[in-house]
Amino acid sequence: MNYPENFRYTKEHEWVSLEGDTATVGITYHAQSELGDIVYVDLPKVGATLEIGKSFGSVESVKAVSDIYAPIAGEVTEINDALSTAPEKLNEDPHGAAWLIKAKVASATDFNNLMTAADYQSYVGAES
Amino acid sequence: MLQACGLTSTLELFSQIPAEARLDHPLNLAPGISEYEIVDYFKGLAGRTAAGYASFLGAGVYRHYRPIVVDTVVSRGEFLTSYTPYQSEISQGTLVTIFEFQTMICQLTGMDVANASMYDASTAVPEAAMMSVRVTGRSKILVSKSVHPEYRDVQTTYARTQGLPIVEFGYDAESGQIDFADLEAKLDKQTACVILQSPNFFGIIEDVKKAADLAHAHGALLVFVFSEAVSLGLLEPPRDADIVAGELQSFAISPSYGGPYAGIIAAKEKFTRQLPGRLVGQSTDTHGNRAFCLTLSTREQHIRREKATSNICTNQALIALMATVFMELYGKQGLRELATQNLSKAHYLGSKLKPRFSRPYFNEFVATPSTAPETANEGLLAKNIIGGLPLGRFYPELKDSVLLCATEMSKRADMDTLAEAYRS
Repeated sequence: MNYPENFRYTKEHEWVSLEGDTATVGITYHAQSELGDIVYVDLPKVGATLEIGKSFGSVESVKAVSDIYAPIAGEVTEINDALSTAPEKLNEDPHGAAWLIKAKVASATDFNNLMTAADYQSYVGAES
Repeated sequence: MLQACGLTSTLELFSQIPAEARLDHPLNLAPGISEYEIVDYFKGLAGRTAAGYASFLGAGVYRHYRPIVVDTVVSRGEFLTSYTPYQSEISQGTLVTIFEFQTMICQLTGMDVANASMYDASTAVPEAAMMSVRVTGRSKILVSKSVHPEYRDVQTTYARTQGLPIVEFGYDAESGQIDFADLEAKLDKQTACVILQSPNFFGIIEDVKKAADLAHAHGALLVFVFSEAVSLGLLEPPRDADIVAGELQSFAISPSYGGPYAGIIAAKEKFTRQLPGRLVGQSTDTHGNRAFCLTLSTREQHIRREKATSNICTNQALIALMATVFMELYGKQGLRELATQNLSKAHYLGSKLKPRFSRPYFNEFVATPSTAPETANEGLLAKNIIGGLPLGRFYPELKDSVLLCATEMSKRADMDTLAEAYRS
């Protein structure tokens, strides 16, 4: 799997992209592949506050329910409503159409502290 | 035997029981009579003192006929002795009955999804309120004072531990419906839901659409509550509500001194994930046959218990099955006829006593006897009639009034006697 170079990654298998002060958060290809068929995505409300390392939602597959942890601090500005009726999109396009939330962040520091694509690639290589 | 136990008298066996709870004299029974003689004696006593009463009590527990087939079905060992199906898919019979239950509850309430049942209405109502809190992300709960006072008590208990503010709104003293002005004044951006009951505690039918429109205009949900399920046979289903919570005691569940009963919770499809308890769904097995499974179950006793949203783990299976058999036996037409009979009888009684409130009622209404309710009821009791519920206990402002209920079981002669006693 090619992990996008412009994304940053967490050990809990979330990805973040940053454009200006807007971060987009999703779960990685590796995460969805480990979870299996995803049947439900529980997302926060717009306006919710994200704290690094705190759970902001969950993803439920036929195998398990996993919390999603905030990789960056900020305020939720948008959620991907399409996932409420089509959670399977997370299996199909986890790095693209199936992003989870967008958030307004104060600085790029949190983002820069995360793993690069190469780091993450070797991390999941090591994990599996 | 006493010696072997290290005791000197039989009384010592009961020493753990506080003295004031112990009988301080021997039973008033002739010595040496046999078990069947004792049973005979009590049957005779019950026949003289506990049978043959006509009752006009309603207020959440109703006197309806219980078809014999209900007990025939629920006393089958497969239903009576089985515990909740942990490996649910091998309990297809149980799942089928729950699926049928859910389907009929949806048909009756006009909702899209119903869970497998709740304990009773008083616990279903706070679950509906907590659902509203989760859905809206708000915390204030607006409850009508004409919702059953005991449901409100349970709601208050739940809300206290959840830290949710409850605000009550009033009823109109003339119409008996909710006070729309009071409701509107109390609705705000913090309001998660508006809870109303119809027919309400006074038997009055509410304008559900108007209340729903008001709630929705403020971004709140409407929770519809019912205590008399038979009313659903005749009244318009509460389609404008978002969540319905109710009591099924009327559907062939014996009053049994207050329980166990079965409650329901049903909702619009978009709230499915927030429903407490469990949902049975229809699927197909590996051979393509129709099969049933637990489609959704909340996490109270499985994984992620720390994320639990409710404390109901299973459902009220056996009691809900009584209601299921009842619904299948009566069917749509039968339930409508039963509801019509209830309506006609209550309105016959209502025509003889001036109902206190002006809006239409189903099988209960408030009336004001010419003497104090307790005195009027004492006189009736001597004639083997249990009168209406004196309302002062729940509503001090209505202490001169009673809540009367007539069902298909009410006889004309008894209604005439009651009306006569309340008028004189």
